[in-house]
Amino acid sequence: MENKIAVQIDDLTVAYNYKPVLWDIDLAIPEGVLMAIVGPNGAGKSTLIKSILDIIKPIAGSIQIYGKSYKKQRSLVAYVPQKGSVDWDFPTTALDVVMMGTYGSLGWIKRPGQKEKKAALEALEKVGMLSFKNRQISQLSGGQQQRIFLARALVQNASIYFMDEPFQGVDATTEKAIINILKELRKAGKTVIVVHHDLQTVPEYFDWVTFLNVKKIATGPVKDIFNDDNLTKTYGINYKVSVQG
Amino acid sequence: MDIQQYIELVFTDYTLRTITLGTAVLGAICGMLGSFAVLRKQSLLGDAISHAALPGIAIAFLIMGTKNSSIFLLGALISGLIGTFWIRGITSKTHLKSDTALGLILSLFFGFGMLLLTYIQKMPNANQAGLESYLFGQAATLLESDVWLMVIVTAISLVILLLFWKELKLLLFDADYTKTLGFNTKFLDILITTFIVIAIVLGLQTVGVVLMSAMLLAPAAAARQWTNNLSVMVILAAIFGAFSGVLGTAISASHNNLSTGPVIVLVAGVFVLVSFIFSPGRGLLFREIRFRKNRNDLQLHKTLSFMYNIAKTHEDIAHPHAIKILNNFQGFTRKSLQKLEDKDYVKISGNMWSMTESGYNTASNLYDQLITEENE
Repeated sequence: MENKIAVQIDDLTVAYNYKPVLWDIDLAIPEGVLMAIVGPNGAGKSTLIKSILDIIKPIAGSIQIYGKSYKKQRSLVAYVPQKGSVDWDFPTTALDVVMMGTYGSLGWIKRPGQKEKKAALEALEKVGMLSFKNRQISQLSGGQQQRIFLARALVQNASIYFMDEPFQGVDATTEKAIINILKELRKAGKTVIVVHHDLQTVPEYFDWVTFLNVKKIATGPVKDIFNDDNLTKTYGINYKVSVQG
Repeated sequence: MDIQQYIELVFTDYTLRTITLGTAVLGAICGMLGSFAVLRKQSLLGDAISHAALPGIAIAFLIMGTKNSSIFLLGALISGLIGTFWIRGITSKTHLKSDTALGLILSLFFGFGMLLLTYIQKMPNANQAGLESYLFGQAATLLESDVWLMVIVTAISLVILLLFWKELKLLLFDADYTKTLGFNTKFLDILITTFIVIAIVLGLQTVGVVLMSAMLLAPAAAARQWTNNLSVMVILAAIFGAFSGVLGTAISASHNNLSTGPVIVLVAGVFVLVSFIFSPGRGLLFREIRFRKNRNDLQLHKTLSFMYNIAKTHEDIAHPHAIKILNNFQGFTRKSLQKLEDKDYVKISGNMWSMTESGYNTASNLYDQLITEENE
C-alpha cells in the first residue's frame, strides 16, 4: 500500500450485554479513500463507527488514528451521526447547530466568537443552506437537516470524516449534493467513511468498500472486491447486483 | 382578605413576605433547571427523585430526634441522590427500560418513606407532629434561613449554567456528538442531575413530595411553547415558575389559607394551559387559524387557476365568460368569487366574469410558487 493508514483496527470485539455485535475485526483504512461500510441490519456498522469514535467501549482490540489513540487525535476526526439520533424539535437554529462543530476546538467554557460564526456560515454556504441559517431546526425538511449535520462536521475541519447513513431519507437532489461534497473532501486528501445502505450506488459513489456482518467479510477497492461473491457472503442470500463498468 | 389587603401585607407582614419570596425563588430555580429535565426527556425523573427523598427525611428525623429543616434537607438530598443513581444503575446494568426503573424506585422509596412516617407517628415523641406536611408541603413553615439557602443555591446553579452553557446545550441536543468532541459527558450529566435533585429537595418543604415534579416541569413546558431559543426558554421558565410561586401564595393566603403547594402547582398548570392554547408559534389556537386560512387560500387558488385555464385560451385575457361555466367546477361558490373580486383578480359584471391583469399573473405564477415553496 502506497498510502498512509488513516485508521488501523486490530482484533476489535464489541458486545452489548452478552451478544457480540462486532467480532474480531481487523481493518486498515488507507488515507484519502471514500469508503462505504455495507452490511445487513444489525451487522454492527454504526457500532464500528461509534467504537472508532470512542463512544462505545469495546471488549477487546485496539483502534488507532494515524498511529495514536482517538483521545489524542480527536481534532483530526469529524462525525455525522444518524439524523434520527437527535430530537429535531430542540429549541435552536440551523446556524447554532453548525456552530456546535466548533465547540471541540474551543474546549471547555470558552464561547464561540466571530471567527467560529464565520466558519459556520461558510459551511452552511457549502451545503447550500445559508438562507436557512436562522430557521428553527424542526422547520427544516429531512434532507435539509442532513445537510445541517454535514455542515456541522465540515466546520470541524478534520482529516477523517465518519458519517452514519447520510443518505437516509433524503431526496435525489440532496443525495447528489451530499455525495459531491464528499467527493470534494476526498479530492482535498481527506478520508471519508460512510455507513451506506443503497448497494446500487456503491460503485458510482465510492472507491473503497468494507463488507461487514459482525465479522469483517472483505475490504478493499470497489473495483476489485465489490462482487456477487462478497455480497452473498455478507447478506447471506444469493445477492445479485448489476455492477456498471 | 382581598387582594389589596394582601399586597399591603406582603410589604408589612414578615411571614408572608418570607413565604412569597421563598416560593418565587423556588419557582425560578425549578423553572430554570426543569427546562433541562424536559429537554433531556427526563420529565419523570423529577417525580422519582422527589418521592425517593421521603425516606431520607424520615431517617434524618429518626437519627436526630428533632425537627430541623436543614437536617431534613440533607437527608432528602442523600436519599434523592441514591434513588437517582439506582435508577441510572438499573437502566444501564439490566435490560429494564428507564420508565420501569423510575416507577420501581419511585414506589419503593415512597413506600419505605410512608412506612417510616407511620412508625414515627406512633413514637412517644412530641416533636413528630408535622412531619407528614412534607407530603403536600407547607409553605407557612418557611423561615428566612430557608429562603437564603434557596437564593444561594439559585445563584450557584445560575453560575454553573452560564459557565457550562455551551457544553450543556450540546449535551441536551446530541450526547454522542458531545462525547466525540472530547467533553466529559458523564461529568456534565452528573452536574446537571445533581442540581435538579437539589432544586427538588429545596422545594419539598413548600410544595411537597407528591406535587414537586409539577414545579419542575410545568414552567418549562409552558416556556417551550413561546420560543425556539434555549436561553429564552430557560429565562421564561424561571419567570413562569416565579410567578406561579407568587400568585399561588397570594391566592392561598387570600382564600382562607388554602394549602399553598397545590395552589402553586395549579397556577403553574394554568400557565401551561394558556401557553398550549395561545402561544403564537406552537399554540393550538393559532395553528387552527393558520390551518383554516391555508385551506381557504387553497380553495381560492384552485378556482383562480381553473379560471386561468379558461382565460388563457383567449387572446384577450380580459375576455368575459359566463359565470355558469364555473358551475361544473367543484369548490366554486358565489362567496369565493366575491373574494377573488375583492382581491382584484377578476371583474364581475352581471352574469359574466373576466380576468384582470393581476389575476392572470398571479394564476400563472401559482404553480411555480408552489414548487419553490416545496423546495425551500
